Amino acid sequence: MTTCSILELLDIDLKEQNKLQLSCIAGRGGLSNKITSSKISRPGLPLSGYFEAFAGTAVQVFGHGEQRYIDMLAKNGDFKNIAKLFSYDVPCCIFTHSYKPCDKIIEIAENSGTPILQTPLMSSDFSRHLYQLLDEIFAPTKTIHGVLVEVYGIGVLITGDSGVGKSETALELIERGHRLISDDTVKIRNLGSTYLIGSGENPILAHHMEIRGIGIINLANIFGVGAIREKKQIQLMVHLEEWDSTKSYDRVGEDTMTETLLGIQVAKLIIPVKPGRNIPIIIETAARNERLKQLGYYSAKEFDQNVLKWFESEAARKMYYINEENT
Amino acid sequence: MVSKELVVSNRAGIHARPAAMIVKVANKFKSNLFMEKEDMKINGKSIMGVITLGAGYKSKILISCEGEDEQDMASAIEKLFNNRFEE
Repeated sequence: MTTCSILELLDIDLKEQNKLQLSCIAGRGGLSNKITSSKISRPGLPLSGYFEAFAGTAVQVFGHGEQRYIDMLAKNGDFKNIAKLFSYDVPCCIFTHSYKPCDKIIEIAENSGTPILQTPLMSSDFSRHLYQLLDEIFAPTKTIHGVLVEVYGIGVLITGDSGVGKSETALELIERGHRLISDDTVKIRNLGSTYLIGSGENPILAHHMEIRGIGIINLANIFGVGAIREKKQIQLMVHLEEWDSTKSYDRVGEDTMTETLLGIQVAKLIIPVKPGRNIPIIIETAARNERLKQLGYYSAKEFDQNVLKWFESEAARKMYYINEENT
Repeated sequence: MVSKELVVSNRAGIHARPAAMIVKVANKFKSNLFMEKEDMKINGKSIMGVITLGAGYKSKILISCEGEDEQDMASAIEKLFNNRFEE
């Protein structure tokens, strides 16, 4: 199971997001403490003495309310509940609004080896960032053998047996202006049970590709930075397989096939490969079709509806002719 | 299915050249080869996959072969590991 230590939390550099802006003010001995769940606790109730159902192993965030309450407790010299709180397996306590707790509390924290962290952010902003971050860290992950490319803004995961031509297909797609996220091993994460994010297993290796006959190539260098992406939501799965003449393939495309990955359903297509079939163009078309579907337009269904309408009008016309003949 | 736990015994670990050797041997067989390290499982017939494992010196790797010639494949891969990939 993945864990994250407090030291990692301090070091974390969030791209495209505000930093957590954390600094450690006490209890450095506990910086190796591990955060084991994505829960965040606001310890208002424990501070007032109610420890039932207290999430003692979660990160404790002290907001404005808790800070006022601590001030009051400190003024009265009542540190009983605070000491009890620190006796739990608390990975760390975080004070927002750059609040600095009194010396006595710092002493309690030092003795129990619990890091006290401070951030200038507001509690609501900070909690939101922290939730998002912990969600990412503790998201269920899985490594899949396949290639992830972005085609017309749709994240397409190409799977298939070794040697079926996944990498070559991806190469042609990149040549046509699409982007590669990862070749060969794709790490997928289930974020908030709502969508799947795919990325390379290792950032050093992600944008390299092995092409039989050439060897390992670096795509960022060959095609430029515009040809690569770090991560992308997986919206379509394309499974390539050798053409099997005994198998029947989807010819109309009215029903959507799906596959469940980490509990999330993803649309799936099975595309048979044989010489003379231009797979990259088929994938481009599939991605365009998927975009249309997301906009609520189903080509196959629309086609079928038109056919039915035509039959109906034809039947109506026939009736008319029959009536004419009779009169 | 045949599973075996192997230890990387060459100093440099499984870098590009040993990875290529594994893939070359694996592709001689019809069976599928999967290699696992910690919570990562990859297809042993792809070079990038094998390198992505990041198998350094003394790391333990669980290989599993599945198919008609699984036994021969497992022993061929084991032989490679025992020979330290000729390094």
